[in-house]
Amino acid sequence: MSQPLDDIDRRLVLATQGGLPLVARPYHQLAEQLGVSPAELMARLQRMLGNGIIRRIGAVPNHYAIGYTANGMSVWDVPDEVIDELGNRVGELDFVTHCYHRPRRLPEWPYNLFAMVHGGSRDEVLRQVAEIARLLGPACRAHDVLFSTEILKKTGLRIGG
Amino acid sequence: MPEPAPIDAVDRAIIDRLQGGFPISERPYAQVAGWLGIDEGELLERLGRLLATRVLTRFGPMFQVERMGGAFVLAAMAVPESDWLRVRAIVDSLPEVAHNYRRESDRNSAFNMWFVLATESAAGIAAAIGRIEERSGLPVFAFPKLREYFVEMKLAVRT
Repeated sequence: MSQPLDDIDRRLVLATQGGLPLVARPYHQLAEQLGVSPAELMARLQRMLGNGIIRRIGAVPNHYAIGYTANGMSVWDVPDEVIDELGNRVGELDFVTHCYHRPRRLPEWPYNLFAMVHGGSRDEVLRQVAEIARLLGPACRAHDVLFSTEILKKTGLRIGG
Repeated sequence: MPEPAPIDAVDRAIIDRLQGGFPISERPYAQVAGWLGIDEGELLERLGRLLATRVLTRFGPMFQVERMGGAFVLAAMAVPESDWLRVRAIVDSLPEVAHNYRRESDRNSAFNMWFVLATESAAGIAAAIGRIEERSGLPVFAFPKLREYFVEMKLAVRT
């Protein structure tokens, strides 16, 4: 699954984790910065995309700014024996952007299925959560939805230099 | 929450088109500008503005730290209101904290501060948690993913 980076890959991550240069030939600029040819730099990025080290190249919008003013982390307590089947079905819903099995932390936290839901209002998110509840049916023993009320920090990955 | 910066139809098209699939080529911006029917200079200018006004939080490759031998772990704390600013400053100051959100629920969820730790090695997570616990005096609860069912940014611009 995971593979350590070689020195050039590592420097490429460091050079781009804050973002791509906003210049006509961004990969040429990076290549020059790293002392490799543009062709090699682009081949390395292509390889990292292929093996999943890079998930995608693109823009990360601030959800609030593009109209998703409410986001809820819905959390569910479902039996471990059926969580994989249920998690896959919840993940297929179009308003769910992330869906994971995570550990419970008893007694504070009984929930093991996490599904992030985005909507234009709190009511819309609550309707979506109700839809998940219907899908889970009696398999759901308890649930909650945590609304994000403030973004405190959002920088994304930063590895050390 | 502050009011988001206003965006126009071209901005919307840029954001919708560029949530993934940015080309790896000599003139990628010119290529994308061609898809959108604008010129390269305008695309670069608009991307710069969308980043400066925080409509976009980033533009570039999204790395999966787990695929590089690192770790990405959700963690939470129960922070008393009276101690909020102090603890927030401690958590936000760590470079390992990729994002941090205040979250609240009608059921009075046990945890109100939720953040993601991203480190280059799995051991880095425990070290970062140790530092936060030591500086804040509060316990940190880690929620490593046991299984990923779905992850995709698939939100169309609505404003």
